[in-house]
Amino acid sequence: MVAGGFGVGKTTFVGAVSEINPLRTEAVMTSASAGIDDLTHAPDKTTTTVAMDFGRITLDEDLILYLFGTPGQDRFWFMWDDLVRGAIGAVVLVDTRRLADCFPAVDYFENSGLPFVIALNGFDGQQPYKPEEVREALQIGPEAPIITTDARHRGEAKSALITLVEHALMARLR
Amino acid sequence: MATPPGGDEYGNPQQQPPYKRFNFPSAPSPEPRRPPQHRQPRIQPYDSPQAPSPQPRSARAAGRPTPMGSDGAPLVRPYAMTGGRTRPRYQLAIEALVSTTAEPAQLRGQLPEHQRICILCKDIKSVAEISALLTIPLGVARILVADLAEAGLVAIHQPGGDEAAGGQPDVTLLERVLSGLRKL
Repeated sequence: MVAGGFGVGKTTFVGAVSEINPLRTEAVMTSASAGIDDLTHAPDKTTTTVAMDFGRITLDEDLILYLFGTPGQDRFWFMWDDLVRGAIGAVVLVDTRRLADCFPAVDYFENSGLPFVIALNGFDGQQPYKPEEVREALQIGPEAPIITTDARHRGEAKSALITLVEHALMARLR
Repeated sequence: MATPPGGDEYGNPQQQPPYKRFNFPSAPSPEPRRPPQHRQPRIQPYDSPQAPSPQPRSARAAGRPTPMGSDGAPLVRPYAMTGGRTRPRYQLAIEALVSTTAEPAQLRGQLPEHQRICILCKDIKSVAEISALLTIPLGVARILVADLAEAGLVAIHQPGGDEAAGGQPDVTLLERVLSGLRKL
């Protein structure tokens, strides 16, 4: 999974390392709600579309890795649950100029038990905060790796994925 | 002696900003540096989601216009394809791989959407790719693929997970993924 706030570079990251151009799958949810004032009103149906961009990497002739960007809107947690099931782990992309944007994702992964890494995506070549300061601000333990990355570069995205899988492996061996 | 207009009491011309006088802060940094905002770790940050409950087409109020998607196709049509069903017979992972096993002759008489999936999956594809490439909502793609699997027209490869660890990949799989990534 590739998570993070709006506009942080999830799709860019996926596209940098995917062997296919990022595709988009949409889940369509409908919910019925009655009109508030008029009890005789027929139920209104509202339709919401939850979109997820994803990419693919073929690692071996019988092994394919998929990278799913989490839905942009935070409230679709049930879609995150769907993605988390069976996932290796998550890369949480962070723009340190808008650090709080990643808090919901960090909350979610801490509660889910899924291994995750924090990847500081530098914009304009800047990294305003050091990894230790980010760790303090995010209130996460020393186990979760914090790395810097450039979501546009294949080598850096690949490196972030390797760090994540190594971390997941260490967590499983404990 | 009159103080020049805009000057200070020492007769110096007004400077903007005051520069290194009285040990005041040294040259300001380009951006004011604040300590980063701290997260408050929370347990269970979100409410349980409400289960979506789409209604079959016939239950809609009469006279209500059919909602249209951005491509002009009616939004409710996919649910008509699945006969109003919203749950697949078994839950397919979003990354479950689908490959067509049917002979072309077996596709005759199938629903167009079933045929499209069988043609697409001659080369193995995930449920997510089927949804994206055929522009079918994810939930509908899951149902259609489950139908095809039940009919014996496609083979499904669910991700290998360790049931004891809640479906998370086991050590062997993680090692294979790591080794594959390093070789990229």
